[in-house]
Amino acid sequence: MREADYRTPHFGADSVEHRSRLLELWETSPGIKGFFTTVDHKMIGIRYIVTAFIFLALGGVESLIMRVQLAGPNGTLLTPEQYNDLFSTHGMTMIFLYASPILSGFSNYLWPLLLGSRDMAFPRLNALSYWIYLASGLFLYAGFLTGNGPNDGWFNYVPYAERAYNPGLNQDFYALGMVFLGISTTVGAANFIVTAMRTRAPGMSLSRLPIMIWGTLTASVANLLVIPAVSLAFFLLWMDRQYGTHFFDNTEGGQPLLWQHLFWIFGHPWVYAIVLPAMGMVSDGLPVFCRRPLVGYAPVAISTVATMVLGFGVWVHHMFATGLPAVSMSFFSGISIVIVVPSAIAVFAWLATIWLGRPVITTAFLFFSSMILLFVIGGVSGFMTASIPVDWQLTDTYFVVAHLHYVLIGINVFPVIGAVYFWFPKMTGRLLDERLGRWNFWTMFIGFNLAFLPMHVTGLLGMPRRVYTYGPGMGWDTLNLVTTIGSFVLALGVLLFIINVLKSLRVGVPAGANPWDAPTLEWAVSSPPPAYNFAVIPTVASRHPLWEARLGTRGARSSVDQGMLLDTGKETLGTSALNAHPDMVLEMPKDSSAPFLLAVGTAVLFVGLLLRQGVTVSIGTAIAALALLFWLWPRQELREREAAHG
Amino acid sequence: MADATRSAPLQLPVGPIGRHGLGSWGVGTLIATEAALFGYLLFSYFYTAAVNGKGWVLEPTPPLKLALPNTIILLLSSVFAWMGEHGVLQRKRALALTGFAIALVFGAIFFAIQILEWQAKPYQLGTSSYSSLYFVTTGFHMAHVAIGLLILVALFGWTLLDYFSPRRNLSVSAGVLYWHFVDVVWLFVFATYYLSPYLGFGT
Repeated sequence: MREADYRTPHFGADSVEHRSRLLELWETSPGIKGFFTTVDHKMIGIRYIVTAFIFLALGGVESLIMRVQLAGPNGTLLTPEQYNDLFSTHGMTMIFLYASPILSGFSNYLWPLLLGSRDMAFPRLNALSYWIYLASGLFLYAGFLTGNGPNDGWFNYVPYAERAYNPGLNQDFYALGMVFLGISTTVGAANFIVTAMRTRAPGMSLSRLPIMIWGTLTASVANLLVIPAVSLAFFLLWMDRQYGTHFFDNTEGGQPLLWQHLFWIFGHPWVYAIVLPAMGMVSDGLPVFCRRPLVGYAPVAISTVATMVLGFGVWVHHMFATGLPAVSMSFFSGISIVIVVPSAIAVFAWLATIWLGRPVITTAFLFFSSMILLFVIGGVSGFMTASIPVDWQLTDTYFVVAHLHYVLIGINVFPVIGAVYFWFPKMTGRLLDERLGRWNFWTMFIGFNLAFLPMHVTGLLGMPRRVYTYGPGMGWDTLNLVTTIGSFVLALGVLLFIINVLKSLRVGVPAGANPWDAPTLEWAVSSPPPAYNFAVIPTVASRHPLWEARLGTRGARSSVDQGMLLDTGKETLGTSALNAHPDMVLEMPKDSSAPFLLAVGTAVLFVGLLLRQGVTVSIGTAIAALALLFWLWPRQELREREAAHG
Repeated sequence: MADATRSAPLQLPVGPIGRHGLGSWGVGTLIATEAALFGYLLFSYFYTAAVNGKGWVLEPTPPLKLALPNTIILLLSSVFAWMGEHGVLQRKRALALTGFAIALVFGAIFFAIQILEWQAKPYQLGTSSYSSLYFVTTGFHMAHVAIGLLILVALFGWTLLDYFSPRRNLSVSAGVLYWHFVDVVWLFVFATYYLSPYLGFGT
């Protein structure tokens, strides 16, 4: 047995020399080189968050333009074509370029800190998922800015999206861009799964995982299995358009409904993928401000997983109006109703946590707790459409638009803004301004409800969605004006949030390691955390490592100041999947240019496909292949191969 | 903390030893997502067949003259890849190189015969939804074969450079596992497109 193959890690206490050794090993190189080669999950996470918020702002501006158009009847600000471009791009932006990446950003930043590790399982893959996200976002927006944005709605029904009805490059940008973006989501999901399974602190058994980890882990498993459905659908659409295949057109045996199946097999699990991690944020953040552990940890964790399992069996409720057989619809209607149960469990757990706790009203608490209300409204309006006759009445009306905004804004944006108030001090070392925070919250909350609560009525009165204007005298005028006013109030609230962030970055009150007196591991390290996160690998003995004294946890206590030093290389600990026993020492990759180069190669490849230029495709493929070979080349420092033989 | 718990000192492997490492989990997730992709391709076949009803399959009795031997060649290639992996594990470099080389050749033969098979088809990509599905599904598989062949080339080269040992060989087990996956997926594609019509599905 050679020394290099096995080792007993040294245990010890944190010290200044130890930390400086670690810093040298872990710190990203400075300057432009470090910018393109970093694999630090914290830098990648913040990039994700900033990029996603920029897309949120873009999508928001798009919606405001539409709301001006719809403020009164017979609006003339936009042509029908411009309106199509805008509502489709708005949907694409919010759903694909904001709602999911923002959660990936938080998870990227927080996971290793929550798990007591020094980085994600595959740091280079993490960098790749960001670069691909950025490149595909730019690709999709290049389409929009050149007048070739998506224009058939975000779910892009055929045959409208086929070339015969939509001859421009719009759908080709959208189709290829979505396949491109799918790569990012997929590799990100794979990384989260392996990270959660293999790089937890010793002692952090599955029953001690923060709920946010459960949420993102569940979402990642779903993404891994359903992203191929939508990538395939968009690829086949592109084939139909460019190579004359017959998948979705209605000639030569093509099946337009196949598009809807593939899209919604992806689409409905995806809805849960963009809310479960945000629900996890509430499950972890809300109890901190209630000064007690979450009520019903196990039921909440189990219902997170149950929601996803059931979530695979509800896609047809998007297709009730397409004339499917009654047996099929009954089954999917049933599952769509049953799925309310796990969601309700989470709601009651949050309510009980507030009820039994001693709430401290902070801005973060307001965002987290208001989400419960918005979730119930959005949940009930969704549950209504699980009933087939109700769905037939409401489908394609503004009622559905109101529902999906309660879901996406209520269960994604509100928790996310709350999460920024909660974790911003960890990321930057400074607290956000609480006074401005109250203005921020109440403006957003009032604006949002003003905009979208009346919209349910607009839908019940029969106003169809996706129309660029409407005639007067149908009872929709006042409601639409109110919605427009509400949307501007909501936008003002978001603006206050941005102002708060920019202001607090410079003059915010210094936070210290644990400003909220919170229980989980990320609060045990300094704010912002050092490049290596934890000087020693912590050992976890309960769900609330930093609250053990006050909770009177029996038996052994968690340890964050003594543990494995792992300072002889860029190393962290691998643990067993179920019980998190120490299992192996992981050699972590240093800064690498491979992810960036692979993303560039892939981007060139997709541009080549769009323009159907064989040469460009070949160049892109060659760059990508070389980058991949360089990436996968077995390296001695990662113990992937033996020393070179003579 | 006096009573702080602390994981007991243990001797731990440093980096991946054999299959034991994060790379195996990484390949596992890759295979899961790729398997899902082929699942959706086959779902599209069965869905479109079921909706179109009788007569949709353009060849009610798909000729097996090339496809069946080719399937066997691909499976044999998996066996030789496995042999190559065992050469590495038993420190028999000649065996390893031979295994990878034969796997590579057999894989390439499969690829070539598959192109002949394509050319022999009486229909083209755009003939009908059946032909579109046939060419795109087998095309997806061909793309995976091509990637698998590149992986086998890399494994051959790295073995030639004597990179691996019975302890350090995760690249080998991961690459060979991927190749097995490419072969197993073919069995599903083959059963769907070449065998199910004989059972009367869609014909």
